[in-house]
Amino acid sequence: MNRIARALPALLLLSLLIAAWWLVVAVGGSAIFPTPWQVVTGTVELIRDGSLWEHIGASLMRVGVGFLLAVIVAVPLGLWMGWIRGAYDTLNPIFQILRPISPIAWIPIAILWFGVGNASPIYLIFISSVFPMVVQTTSGVHTIEKRYLWAAENFGVSRYTLFTRVVIPAVLPQIIVGMRIGLGVAWLVVVAAEMIALRSGLGFLIIDSRNAGNRYDLVIAGMIIIGLIGLMLDGLMRLLEGLKTVRWRYAHQD
Amino acid sequence: MRTKIELKNVRKGFGTNGGQLRVVEDVSFSVGEGEFVAIVGPSGCGKSTLMSIVAGFIRADSGSVLVDGVERMRPDSRGILISQLGSVFPWLSVQQNLMFGLDGKSHAENADLADHYADIVGLKGFENSYPHELSGGMLKRVELARALVVKPEILYMDEPFSALDALMNLRMRGELRRILAEERHTVLLITHDVEEAIHLADRVLVLSPRPATVQAKYEVKIPHPRKLTSPEMQELRVAILKELGVDRSE
Repeated sequence: MNRIARALPALLLLSLLIAAWWLVVAVGGSAIFPTPWQVVTGTVELIRDGSLWEHIGASLMRVGVGFLLAVIVAVPLGLWMGWIRGAYDTLNPIFQILRPISPIAWIPIAILWFGVGNASPIYLIFISSVFPMVVQTTSGVHTIEKRYLWAAENFGVSRYTLFTRVVIPAVLPQIIVGMRIGLGVAWLVVVAAEMIALRSGLGFLIIDSRNAGNRYDLVIAGMIIIGLIGLMLDGLMRLLEGLKTVRWRYAHQD
Repeated sequence: MRTKIELKNVRKGFGTNGGQLRVVEDVSFSVGEGEFVAIVGPSGCGKSTLMSIVAGFIRADSGSVLVDGVERMRPDSRGILISQLGSVFPWLSVQQNLMFGLDGKSHAENADLADHYADIVGLKGFENSYPHELSGGMLKRVELARALVVKPEILYMDEPFSALDALMNLRMRGELRRILAEERHTVLLITHDVEEAIHLADRVLVLSPRPATVQAKYEVKIPHPRKLTSPEMQELRVAILKELGVDRSE
């Protein structure tokens, strides 16, 4: 009950915005910019001919593959860099240079190396999500409190136990934060990547709808769907924060 | 009494911008087997540094720390450090924390042992709770139980109850004495609380302000359980406070 009450102002604002949008388009009489209702009918059209699910499926598949590859690389690499001083000193400067390069800037190189198939956006997603996850994991290791490492040393546990029972669980909340950031960036990037070269995906849907006869109702439908799916992906990541073994770190869930 | 821990001329300094900061200056004392020695000193006098050296986590610049006559080079599970902030792993349940230092035998046997010690410190029913679900006093019990479960010979306690409120502090002292009556550990306690020191210890060493040296020693020959309000205890308390430069009339 309380949650519904708290969501009410946001829903109200959303309704107001939609109403204002409708009013402006209706009064202004734009020939191209659609009304909210036209966006709804456009979406229904996409659902009817089945192309919406194809585009969503294609985008999610690319994000899924690229993001998983990034997790597989970033987590062990981040742990290693965090634990071994020399690895950090060697790799960190290179990562700090690569990290600020927008994934969009990689598009020409991705096309050169991987062509215009699925490999290009997957590569771009990998590149965009791997760095935030490496950085988060590494800093997670660096910020493990000394008292926990001392305790482990005190009990004289093996290196294996030290890693599996202390280091990794201590860093896990940070890894999850990195994954949330990484997945968010990945979702931003897949749409941009699909706008350039591909035949499917939500990014393609938007660009193609504009090019094929100014179907701005479908452009906006695509944008809204991207937003909703992004929200859903973040929600999935937040579920991870509810795990018993990481809840200690997130005070807001007490 | 056999000597368990012996410090010989331990010195430690840290490099700072302004040169060398001497923290521990020529500290020598010994602790007998099964003895409870408390070290009191003003805040920031180098007590914690001294404890880290005795427990083996940092090396002294010179001098030596002998445990059972052998030089202590690094920490091990024969002597467990319990510190003010505590080091109960927040990502493990109470039972998993207690089992952390146990390596031998089967999982079931370890779990039984862990539950036994959870029971001893009054944590029965909380074995599967996570630390963030527990109060400060409960966390201290977890910490104590996790130390006891590996059957250490020595407990190094660095301001163990300072973060607790006065009532819980008093209760934990009682618990500790009760446990020590059953399992004879050698205990080295560091505290700024004179009352806590004379309440618990067989002997009290007073440290000087930094750089820390042993300034005075007191035997506490009053049998347990001790009454804090008894005249002898009060007398001792005043004497130690005076040694620390705190006059009661102030």
